[in-house]
Amino acid sequence: MNRWKIIEEKIFIALSAIATYSLIAVLGLIIVIVFVKGFNALSLDMVIKTPKGGYYYGGEGGVLNAIVGSIYIAFGATLIAIVLGMPAALFLNVHLVRHKKTQETIRYLLDVLWGIPSIVYGAFGFTLMLFFGLNASLLAGIITVALLVTPIMVRTFDEVLSTIPRGLHEASLALGSTKAETSYKVMLKQGFSGFITAALLAFGRGIGDAASVLFTAGYTDLIPVNLDEPAATLPLAIFFQLGSPIPEVRERAYAASTILTIIILIISLSARFLSNRYSKTNIK
Amino acid sequence: MTNNPTDTQVIQDCTILSIRNLNVHAGNHHILKDINLEIPKNRITVLLGPSGCGKTTLLKCMNKLTDLYRELKVTGNIFIEDDDILNTSKNIPSIRQKMGLLSQRPYPLPVSIYKNVAYGIKLKGIRDRKLIDYNVEKHLKEVGLWNEVKDRLHSPATSLSIGQQQRLCLARGLAVKPRIILADEPTSALDPISSKIIENLFRNLKENYTIILVTHVLRQAIRLADHVIFMYNGEIIEQGTPDELFNNPKSEKLKEYMVEGN
Amino acid sequence: MFRRIFFDRTTKTWMITTMVIILLMPVIIGVGLYLKSLPLLEHQSLRTLLFTSDWQPSQGKFGFWPFVAGSIYVTLIAFVLSAPVCLLAGIYLTQFASSRLVKVMYPVIDILAGLPSVIYGVWGILVVVPFISKFLAPIFGTTSSGYTIMAGGIVLAVMCVPYMLNMITEVFKTVPMGLREASLSLGATFWESVKHVVIRKSYPGIISAFGLGIAKAFGETMAVMMVVGNRVQVHFNPFEAGYPLPALIANNYGEMLSIPLYDSALMFAALLLLVIILLINLIFRYFIFKTRER
Repeated sequence: MNRWKIIEEKIFIALSAIATYSLIAVLGLIIVIVFVKGFNALSLDMVIKTPKGGYYYGGEGGVLNAIVGSIYIAFGATLIAIVLGMPAALFLNVHLVRHKKTQETIRYLLDVLWGIPSIVYGAFGFTLMLFFGLNASLLAGIITVALLVTPIMVRTFDEVLSTIPRGLHEASLALGSTKAETSYKVMLKQGFSGFITAALLAFGRGIGDAASVLFTAGYTDLIPVNLDEPAATLPLAIFFQLGSPIPEVRERAYAASTILTIIILIISLSARFLSNRYSKTNIK
Repeated sequence: MTNNPTDTQVIQDCTILSIRNLNVHAGNHHILKDINLEIPKNRITVLLGPSGCGKTTLLKCMNKLTDLYRELKVTGNIFIEDDDILNTSKNIPSIRQKMGLLSQRPYPLPVSIYKNVAYGIKLKGIRDRKLIDYNVEKHLKEVGLWNEVKDRLHSPATSLSIGQQQRLCLARGLAVKPRIILADEPTSALDPISSKIIENLFRNLKENYTIILVTHVLRQAIRLADHVIFMYNGEIIEQGTPDELFNNPKSEKLKEYMVEGN
Repeated sequence: MFRRIFFDRTTKTWMITTMVIILLMPVIIGVGLYLKSLPLLEHQSLRTLLFTSDWQPSQGKFGFWPFVAGSIYVTLIAFVLSAPVCLLAGIYLTQFASSRLVKVMYPVIDILAGLPSVIYGVWGILVVVPFISKFLAPIFGTTSSGYTIMAGGIVLAVMCVPYMLNMITEVFKTVPMGLREASLSLGATFWESVKHVVIRKSYPGIISAFGLGIAKAFGETMAVMMVVGNRVQVHFNPFEAGYPLPALIANNYGEMLSIPLYDSALMFAALLLLVIILLINLIFRYFIFKTRER
């Protein structure tokens, strides 16, 4: 009896260790393989040039149009998400702090919202676009991605705000501050690390998402200068080039995925770094 | 003081658990410093001291629960009936069954009242339904819970009050037939009445069990202890019978504690 | 003073407005997509739409079954592959692993959860597709291009792992230490404690994590679309191509305005996705919501 117990324990510990290490291997391989494949085709041209004539037949050029397009869209979307999301998160944690039930229900609904897939946002953005008579453009892309990243923004920021001790903002109210002043001067300052993390996370999601901009942002070889012009995005650049029958073009898709991965890594690492740094100056 | 003279005469003094050169480190932090200790059989031994002095860690060393905390490094020997639990090749779970644990807060397992008590019995490999039933009833009676729960044995253990839960945890510990009961401030989360019930149970239980009780409440130590060990900052400062210790404290630390700790 | 109160009022109004806008979003999206798919719903009954497999948009025939079945199939494969691994890895990371491994793993999981799905798709094309055509299919005695339901399932499984593992470790971490101590002190081995106490205590959380993993897999678009083959057919052979719902929407937006009712059909597909995923999310998040409340 006792012997069997020990054997059972050993087997399961071994199994779970195998599961964990093979996960590490598989997940590590993803980044390694994308990098190894990508670095072969990666050149300075990829990053500083837009596609020239014949690019899609293996000619000269790069994906600067897509890099810039992605950054524009993600930046615009994050801006909208901040305007919409920051007040909402502050409201949740300052005005609703006494209504635990409402607070939790709103968090629940926000989490549900977070779960809606980006293709649905994309399809909705498209209907919205038709409704307002817009063309596939930078603006339509920004709005659609903004819808996608706002719940992320709110919930991430809220997660940090909710850890701020309640005494702190009660103290602020007791000193005669209005709730708005408490929100923006005390809570925002205390939760600034969370705010940065939330904004970066939203930005990262915005850069990496393809399904939502597929219908709405269009695609172009030029760098957009106006909101009503179409814009290329990096994920779509990867997707379209992978579909090409010409090997050189596919190679470039791998290079573009390396660029995208590096951008995402930079964003998530700096989010980590910044949130660690800012949280050191905070009252715990 | 509280010591019942007949008890002391009837029960022979002998050691059930002894600790040799026990050291515990957590990183650079030296939590327990060279502990040497004998725990007398069928007595209530109280580990007394301010919070953070290492009492709880010492208690957890005794049944090697320190395994759960990876950052702890434990060296030394703890002998329980000839087994050195820290260095034995024998099966740790079965040695742990020689000790029942009662923690600061009741932690009922996420199952029914009945299954809570049956858990340890089943772990011993006992499958006989009648035997399990018998033991569950016996130990629930032993802690005075049977009449309160006999009609709802299969409702979740969390439906009980905190005081009842703590008694259930005691019954659950007794069901594995331990020699020693390790109690880590078992009344700190309870109301005065439930605390009193637990204390009375301890007085009765010491006929059959050895009880090691961790507390920072001086009064509780005075009420219950046969043997007191005063700890401070990871070291044993003084030990002896409550009479010796409390009427005539030798160290400054204990004097201080007796003034402030009350 | 007046200015401060004015500021307070206006910010409060704006805060409430944003909150209402955000919370109404799923409703607005739902209504928008519903209005768009109305023409199709008037054209055919919901039953024929969902459960017939005749898909010929140019002839006005819209049977969604191949896509629904495709979605269910890839999701199922992804779930079967990823759930046990996640559970075991979650147990290992929270119960047995050295603290150094844990310290490395959490950020790694986080970063992987943030990788764009296109990257997973690229990986799928580079690794999974050849793996299936050269290795897995021959083992099962068939030939395959590699762009198959199986490939979609595997890529999805890998994508879901960081997402589910994150939730599962969170759940396991909430099991109080005292409970594990209690179980060990009663004579359980580490594994018995995990089996009888930790898993049992985390049951609702584990189920929720699995449910939300399924929802994520169901709605995932790009990565699946890149490897799944995209052919309209109903097949039980996982080494055949499939065509999940999200891929249908993403692949055909270009021509949807040129064929009557086609745009309506694609919006209906999006509505279908929204409703299914919203439902799964509502149910499983409610579990979590309930446990958090306690």
